[in-house]
Amino acid sequence: MAEYLGERESGVERLRWAVRSWQLTAAMWTRAAMAYRASFALMLVANVLITSLDFVVVVLMFQHTDRLGGWTLPELGLLYGTSAFALGTADLLVGSVDSLGERIRAGTLDVMLIRPAPALSQVCAERFSLRRLGRPAQATAVLAWSVSAVRVDWTWDRVLLLAALLVSGTVIFSALFIGGATLQFWWGEAKELQNSFTYGGATLLHYPPTVFAKELVAGVTFGLPLAFVNWLPLLHILGKPDPLGLPAAFQFASPLAAAGSVLVAGVAWRAGLRAYRGAGN
Amino acid sequence: MALIELEDVARTFTIRAKVGRLRRERREVRAVDGLSFTVQAGECVGYIGPNGAGKSTTIKMLTGILVPSAGRLRVAGVDPARERTRLARRIGVVFGQRTTLWWDLPLRDSYELARRIYRIPDARYRANLDRCVELLELGPLLDTPVRQLSLGQRMRGDLAAALLHDPQVLYLDEPTIGLDVVSKVRVREFLREINTGAGTTVLLTTHDLTDIEQLCGRVMVIDHGRMVYDGGLDGLHATGQSERTLVVDLAGPSAPIEVPGARVVKVDGARQWLAFPAEDSAAPIVAAVAAGYPLLDLSVREPAIEDVIARMYAKVPIG
Amino acid sequence: MGSAARLYLAIARGSFRRYSTYRAATLAGVFTNTVFGFILAYTFLALWRARPGLGGYDTSQAVTYIWISQSLLVTVAVWGGGFQDDVQERFRTGDIAVDLYRPVDFLGWWLAADLGRAAFQLLARSVAPITAGVLAFHARLPHSALTWPVFLLSVLLAVLVSFGLRYLVSLSGFWLHDSDGVRAVMLVVAMFLSGMLLPLGLFPDGLRQAAQVLPWAALVQVPADIFLERSTGSQVLGGLGFQLAWAVVLLALGRAAQLLATRKVVVQGG
Ligand SMILES: Nc1ncnc2c1ncn2[C@@H]1O[C@H](COP(=O)(O)OP(=O)(O)OP(=O)(O)O)[C@@H](O)[C@H]1O
Ligand SMILES: [Mg+2]
Repeated sequence: MAEYLGERESGVERLRWAVRSWQLTAAMWTRAAMAYRASFALMLVANVLITSLDFVVVVLMFQHTDRLGGWTLPELGLLYGTSAFALGTADLLVGSVDSLGERIRAGTLDVMLIRPAPALSQVCAERFSLRRLGRPAQATAVLAWSVSAVRVDWTWDRVLLLAALLVSGTVIFSALFIGGATLQFWWGEAKELQNSFTYGGATLLHYPPTVFAKELVAGVTFGLPLAFVNWLPLLHILGKPDPLGLPAAFQFASPLAAAGSVLVAGVAWRAGLRAYRGAGN
Repeated sequence: MALIELEDVARTFTIRAKVGRLRRERREVRAVDGLSFTVQAGECVGYIGPNGAGKSTTIKMLTGILVPSAGRLRVAGVDPARERTRLARRIGVVFGQRTTLWWDLPLRDSYELARRIYRIPDARYRANLDRCVELLELGPLLDTPVRQLSLGQRMRGDLAAALLHDPQVLYLDEPTIGLDVVSKVRVREFLREINTGAGTTVLLTTHDLTDIEQLCGRVMVIDHGRMVYDGGLDGLHATGQSERTLVVDLAGPSAPIEVPGARVVKVDGARQWLAFPAEDSAAPIVAAVAAGYPLLDLSVREPAIEDVIARMYAKVPIG
Repeated sequence: MGSAARLYLAIARGSFRRYSTYRAATLAGVFTNTVFGFILAYTFLALWRARPGLGGYDTSQAVTYIWISQSLLVTVAVWGGGFQDDVQERFRTGDIAVDLYRPVDFLGWWLAADLGRAAFQLLARSVAPITAGVLAFHARLPHSALTWPVFLLSVLLAVLVSFGLRYLVSLSGFWLHDSDGVRAVMLVVAMFLSGMLLPLGLFPDGLRQAAQVLPWAALVQVPADIFLERSTGSQVLGGLGFQLAWAVVLLALGRAAQLLATRKVVVQGG
């Protein structure tokens, strides 16, 4: 009997299928959005503007000072660009997971669970919209400017580290989105709580660690691994001392932190699904 | 070949209810409470019970949406919750209360997504779609956005979506809810074709007993999460202690008739209704009435399945 | 008159109660405001450490500015929302055309509901952030007892101005196919020009003068300055007068837009 179901698939195949079903679902949503395309352009513009505001504030601050916490404007641009890029890309790919509570209440999660595709892929692709490209696009622009304006000798190790931190940062924020969303299996209204970790975390990372209390910096190094998104690797790239005085290895550990976050988020998601109670009727 | 097997399956929900202004109380609801049954391949089983009996909960466990709190559950040989996505290719589900279709897109697009998600080979997809379109008369609806479909049209669309990948089992949770008579007939005809023609196993939950009478050889009745009857439709009468009714027309209004083996349940002028156990013969009662009262006319009514079920629901102790 | 006042009071009370049932959401929101308060307060500390007295704020005033703005964010609906979501829903269902013909005035109904909402959110969402600010950052509470009632009056006027702005955005739904885009753009403008992110005094010349006379300044900048006791005497009156003037202008515009909308509905038959 069981063999009639087909061979159990390998981990790699399952991962590929998870990505594929994300693509299929996202494509459907893109099509569905066409039905309401009226204000797409305006929404995209608004999106770029709203995410630019944070950087505009930083620029305005630098009208009154040339250093903040000992960092210059192009250095803050690097912080802002990397943080906003990682958050924006994570939001584009998996951000919809934050409305899990609504999916549960509306019963659409039940519908996803009867399809032969991972529910996580489907929830993450739900309401996928290209207008979320606004944030990563704007972050890339700031990043490009900062890379050229900052006084850094872009040796290959620095370039590599920058690329690695962008990827790891995106993964860490994605894990935060997913891990935070799983809280909604138990507490349906936890959505905004999660926003304070993701959006609040990204705002924190717009500014240099020297601005904040040491306890806070330690908290986002050893608690939520936010410091690995950009602070620690940028300390190496910019040749700045670590306010916590951690070993230099931490500055290269972002991929490890990313892998750890994914593991934790994955376990949390599975536990959430097991605890899922259904939508009532 | 047992396709569905349940052994002592239970599912409890903990609910936190507010008591008074601040205090909250935790309470356990046993939605499914020690359920065991098997369904063979090719059967069409009616699954009925009063509101809150645990029917939807059972179906959700059979699809892998909900994890059982206790017991053993197998569908096509595997544990649904553990291998949900693998099993999903083998089962079809229709929830009468919600749709699996894409609200803003034409019906056709939802089927196209199903083709990719279920990885249905092209030839089979086309054959299945053609068959469903023909049987369910979906042709003119294929290019209509789902949100513009009527309830009955959407239900037909949902049925097709659940069957494109040739599932072995089809679970239907109230598929005829809210449909008019014509739509119900069409849905039933389609289900009969799927079950007897294609050999798909069907597990059907409904509150419309006509669905069961017309489709299912076997009925399972549950209440408070426990099985109270499992067997043929006719066997229900015996279990349900159903009663037949003798309707007598007397020469004129009279006091309620008193004869052994029957009791009066209703009086309306010269007409009286007498109930007696379904398995008893009507002859001695008729003879007794004729002997003692001015009898003009009489008829015997067979028990309606609704009454039998209603009696059964009412009999199960609450709590 | 008496019965109308009672009706609007009942609407406001109902709205207050409705928002008070979203307990978990309120709690989560307070937490978010507090988290952002912490992050932004540190950045202001760093800026004022580099430039003490910047913009005429001393360091403790600057930090307090952050906590005040976080406390007011939802009450004065800088992000938009509140009754806007309800109106949007009524546009979606088409009930909006009927609403214009109800015996209760359309603007009055939603204004009463929004005041009820604001009252709840002022109570529920400002106490915790301010307390956190006082405990963790020595945020500066008003020295004069008189400042409190004046501040509350200023918040009330801020809600009126905010309502006037949002009402116009919502009514644009009668002419635009979908007011989502307008709403999103307004959000950006409001966040920036209200002083929510940075006191308007720190804006560059030109932009600063413009921002200080636009209605958004009434949402956060004016009440915050009153709370910080930066403005005294006639300046306080000036701030309140500025808010009041914009409230009157915007509500009048809203009334006019409502008349046009009603006429449009009549012409098109709903
Ligand atoms: N998510 C849930 N949380 C708490 N209780 C639940 C949940 N889902 C179901 N229940 C409870 O479990 C019991 C069985 O519910 P279920 O939906 O299975 O009934 P049903 O037989 O499908 O009823 P109906 O005919 O009304 O559809 C009910 O008492 C219900 O209140
Ligand atoms: Mg049910």
